[in-house]
This record gives sequence, structure tokens and C-alpha cells, in this order.
Amino acid sequence: MRTTRRAILGATGALPAAVLACPALAQGEAVKIGMITTLSGPGAALGADIRDGFTLAVKHAGGRLGGFAVEVTIADDGLRPENGRAIAERMVRRERIQVLTGIVFSNVLLAVVPVVLPVATYVSANAGPSQLAGEGCHANYFNVAWQNDNLHEAVGHYMAQQRVRRAFLLAPNYPAGRDALTGFKRFFKGEVVSETYTRLDQLDYAAELATIRNAAPEAVYIFLPGGLGINFIKQYAAAGLRGRIPLYGPGFSFDQDVFPAVGEDALGCFNSSQWALDLPNPANRAFVEGFEREYGRLPSLYASQGYDAANLIASAIAATRGDVADRAAFASALKRAEFASVRGAFRFGNNNHPIQTIYMREVVRDARGRIVNRTIGVAFENHQDAYAAQCRLS
Amino acid sequence: MDLLLLLEQTLNGLTLGVMLFLLAAGLTLIFGVMDVINLAHGSLYMAGAFASATVVARTGSFALGVLSGIAVGAMFALLLEVALMRRLYAREHLDQVLATFAVILIANETVKIVFGPQPIFARTPVELSDTVEVLPGVPFPAYRLAIIAVGLIAGLFLWWLIGRTRLGMVIRAGTTHRSLVQALGVNIEVLFALVFAIGGALAGLAGAMAGPILAVQVGMGEQILILAFVVVVIGGLGSVRGAFVAALLVGLTDTLSRALLPVLIRDLLPPVAADQVAANLGSVAVYLAMAVVLAFKPRGLFPAHG
Repeated sequence: MRTTRRAILGATGALPAAVLACPALAQGEAVKIGMITTLSGPGAALGADIRDGFTLAVKHAGGRLGGFAVEVTIADDGLRPENGRAIAERMVRRERIQVLTGIVFSNVLLAVVPVVLPVATYVSANAGPSQLAGEGCHANYFNVAWQNDNLHEAVGHYMAQQRVRRAFLLAPNYPAGRDALTGFKRFFKGEVVSETYTRLDQLDYAAELATIRNAAPEAVYIFLPGGLGINFIKQYAAAGLRGRIPLYGPGFSFDQDVFPAVGEDALGCFNSSQWALDLPNPANRAFVEGFEREYGRLPSLYASQGYDAANLIASAIAATRGDVADRAAFASALKRAEFASVRGAFRFGNNNHPIQTIYMREVVRDARGRIVNRTIGVAFENHQDAYAAQCRLS
Repeated sequence: MDLLLLLEQTLNGLTLGVMLFLLAAGLTLIFGVMDVINLAHGSLYMAGAFASATVVARTGSFALGVLSGIAVGAMFALLLEVALMRRLYAREHLDQVLATFAVILIANETVKIVFGPQPIFARTPVELSDTVEVLPGVPFPAYRLAIIAVGLIAGLFLWWLIGRTRLGMVIRAGTTHRSLVQALGVNIEVLFALVFAIGGALAGLAGAMAGPILAVQVGMGEQILILAFVVVVIGGLGSVRGAFVAALLVGLTDTLSRALLPVLIRDLLPPVAADQVAANLGSVAVYLAMAVVLAFKPRGLFPAHG
């Protein structure tokens, strides 16, 4: 009984994919793309945005990428490296998928690349761990978002430009948290009043907030992903610190995935991102309008990265005439990055990571009363990550 | 560190303690009376938070929001008791853990389907959104004072209910002499359902009060549940009084260790190393406290079972 039901469910689940694949048969097989992303648990909102951005780009191109029909298989890693790895093995070995993308978190990505890179190409739409940017860079690994340190470096640099003399830093006590503050300090020139590391499962920040008020720094920099940031931002405002001590963070803590939950408490905070809602280029306008029409919400930087990942892959599919199996040709087409990125100018460095402008944004109310980011300046132009020199690719 | 800051940090610790008490009280009551490990207690808390945030957004009334949080918590608990837990009382703890873990997964998926994966907004009532000077030079968020007040009221209510009413007497008897209570003709089914509902109401209240300071999102219950279990174990399984003392102990230990350790260690080590050491020590402080308590009182501070 149970097997029958599962078989029926499986069959109905496969139907849409089969329908999608049909038009491709006319001119050959559809190009298969595998998306592993986080769609359950605390990081689910990020994965959903990457998926929706990617799907929108496919839709904008009429169900095709680079003129060829595509069949996108989406799977949820649940933020567990072992899940991600198992899905990747299934995709590259059984389903013979040769282009993969979508992973949100670095720990999942690091578990997946050893399976993928020997036989397929990976285009990262989010995670950018240093291991894959330096000595461990790979000809078939591309990151279309950023290297993990970049947004932290940008705020450090911007605060140095603004001549902030005393900053209070706060991040969770885990590798990415320490890397974030290291990235920040690489460019910040003032005094670090305190480098406070909090628990990764910490809910209440009252103790740290009282310490901050007592230390009276000129600015506070936080790297608190997801729900951690929401808790902190709410409590920062409730403690009466918002508007008294400027709060800075990377774009991850201040974007459309967070604003609905924190509301006005985020107003006046500053953050860095390679993309912004109000960038005036035509590709971005089409993306933002299309995303809002399709999903009824504003896109976040994660959605922009999903959209860019799809268009980057499209450019390489077009250049190789759909022959993604020729991995050398596909990689060299990807590396040329001949696509209209929603962030404007975009190119890859020697290590297949972006060389790009990083903007500073301020959280404001727009003309329609919505809470959004407004671009207020440029933190870096043509910024490249700190690890590129250690990569032997050219 | 000056005295005023220490006082502020103590208040912060009390807030966290009171939040934990609201959650732990229901957990320990259910365990004490029914000998059931209810992992889904965090789901009741999440239900309360989502219900309250939704009602506040629709009506604008925070009081209505809190009431609906309590009501939804109690009703969800009642449903859980009648539909599921009732069949598990005779089973082993492991079966109960398995079944209530399934409830967590189902509750999380359901909330995700209804509200989406994004955290939702929970408004702080306007009257309580400012800070109050509890002492000159010590601004403290008014909302946190409200949390402390609500927690103390709930604590007083439970003390009255359990220590001063006939129902409380039966609950106490049920904790220590279950078979005797049944033999005396107390309707144990109704009693169990009632205790479950009280536990659910407290969890719903905790969720409603937590909304304005914590992220209201899928999985929020599991994050706080671990600390609530620590409270229950330190306080002594089944003891509400123990839960109260242990919750304040855990809240104060957690907050004060994070507040004081960096200052103390900075006298001994260079700043960056000190921050790192303080972070690592602070994150185990609560568990160290638990280990110390259990070393001297293996059954917790106030064990309920004779």
C-alpha cells in the first residue's frame, strides 16, 4: 500500500519536469541544471530567494537559458552538509547533471564540491568560503556572488573612510563569525573597542547591549546571520541605542528577508552589498519589477544572486551552443561573464571570484512607506578578494 | 564595572530568567504529573508567538494578542493531549520523545506553509516601546520590565493554584502518588488534560511575550527549549518552585557571565585573546552551573518525586 502511494506521488511529481523537457526534444536534450539549496529550517528564506531569483530568470527567458530549454531540478539540503553531499552524488552520478548551483551555506558547499568538481561545473550563488578562493580554487568552480569576506571588508573600509575612530564588533563564536571580523579589520583603521563573540544559539543580547552603551563606541558592527540578527536589531532599538550609536552590518543582516520581521527597528542602519534595489541599470529594473510582480514581495540580495547565476549560466550555454559536457569550453565561456548582471559591471578575477563594486546602503522608508535599502555610496570599486593571489589559475 | 551597570545586567538576567520560567513551568508540570517528556513544548511556544503576532497585526491590541497567544497555546496543548499524548502515557520515554519530535516537524512545516519561511513581524506595544530610567543613569527597556512583571504574576498564580487550591492539591498528589490519586476516584483523564492545557497556556504566554524581542520564525521553539530543559533539570523534575529558582539562576548566570567575564579576563590577558576566552567560557557557564548543582543535588534543587 505504502509503496503504491509513493509511486503515484513520485509519478505526479515528475510530471511538470517531463512537460518542461518536451519542447527541448525538438532540438535535442534539455540542458539539465541541479539546484541544491536550503529550503527548510532557519535558513529557508535565503534558499527560497535564491531559487525564486533563478526561476524568474528562466521565466524571463521564456523557459530557456541561452536559447536552450533547461530542466532545473531543485533539492533541499536542510542546511546539513551530509544531505547536500548525498543530493550532489545523486545529481552528478545518477541524473548526470553537469551544471550545479544554489547552495546557501559554506559548510554545505565545502562538503559538496569534492563530489561535484571532478565531473561537473559549480556556479555558487551565495557561499564563498576562502578555501575555494585561494590555493583551493578550481577551474570548474565559479562564484557569482562574492567571496565571504567581501561585504565585511567593505564596511571596514567605509568606516575607515568616514574616519570612525572607535568601533565595537560583534559576531557569533564560529569560523564564519571570526572570518567576518577578520575581514572587517583588514580595512578598518580605527580602534576596536571590543571584539565580542556570542553563542551561535544566543537569543538575548541584553548583556552585550548594556556593555555597548557603557563602552560608548562611535559605531557598532555586527555579523549576525538570519534570526540572530533579527533578535539583535529588535533589542538594539528597544534598548534605545538606535539613532544614538550607528549600527553597521553586512547586507545579509539588512535586506528584504529581514525587514518584514524587524520593521522600523532597522531604519537608519548601514550595510554593504554588491547589489541594491535602486541600482539604475536596465537589467536591475527588469529584475526588481519582475520579481515583485511574480512573488508579491521585494527581492533581497540573495534573489539577485540567484537571478545573476541563471543569466551567467545562460551566457555560457549560448556560447557553447548547449554543449555543457565540454567542460573546458563551458568554463571559459563562464569566465568571460558576458551577461548583464543586475549589479552593473561584473567580471571574474583569476580565481573565478568577482571583481566588483560594493555599495553602502542605508535602511530607509521609500515613497510608498516600505522599508528598503537606499544606496548612499560606494565602499569599493573593482574590489577583489584577499585570496586571489594564492590561486594558481590565470 | 560600576554598580549601576551591574544592576542593569542583573535586571537583564531576570528578564531572561522569567522568559525561561514561563516555558519551563509548563514543561516541568507536565513531566511531574504525567511523567511525559514533551519535546513539542517549543511548538506550543511557537504557536503562541505566531498567534499573538498575527492578532496584534490585525487588531492593533497587544492585550488581545497576548490573550490569543495563551488561548492558542492551551488549545493546541489540549488537542495534543487528547489526540496523541493520551496514548503514550503507558509507553516508554523513548516512544514519547519520538512522537513529540514528530509533532515538532509537523508543526514547523505547517507554520511554514501558512506563514512562509520568512520570520514575521511582532510589534512592541507603543506604550512600552521606550526606555525607563529604573535608577538615575540606568535606562531600561519598558517592555523588558513588563516581561518581568508578567513572569512574576504567572509565578504567583501558579504558586496559588498549586499550593492553595483543591486542583493544586490533586496535581501535587498526582506528582507524588499517582496510583493513589486514581484509587481515590479523581478523574485522571480530565486532570491530565487540564495540566496539559495549563502548560500550553504558559508556553503560549511565553511565545506572545517573546515576540517583540525575539525573531518570530519557524523553529523558534527548539532554540529556547534546550535552555528550558536545563532549567527543568536544575530545578528538579516536576517542581514548579524549582523551575522558578532555576530559571532565575540560569538567566542570571547566562547574562552575568557574558557581562562580567570579558571585563574580568581583560585584566589578565591581551584584549583579543581575552574576548575569545570570555566568549568560550561564557557559552559554557550555564552548563557548568548545571553540573555543579547536579554534583551536590543529583535530583535537582527541589525534587518533586519523593
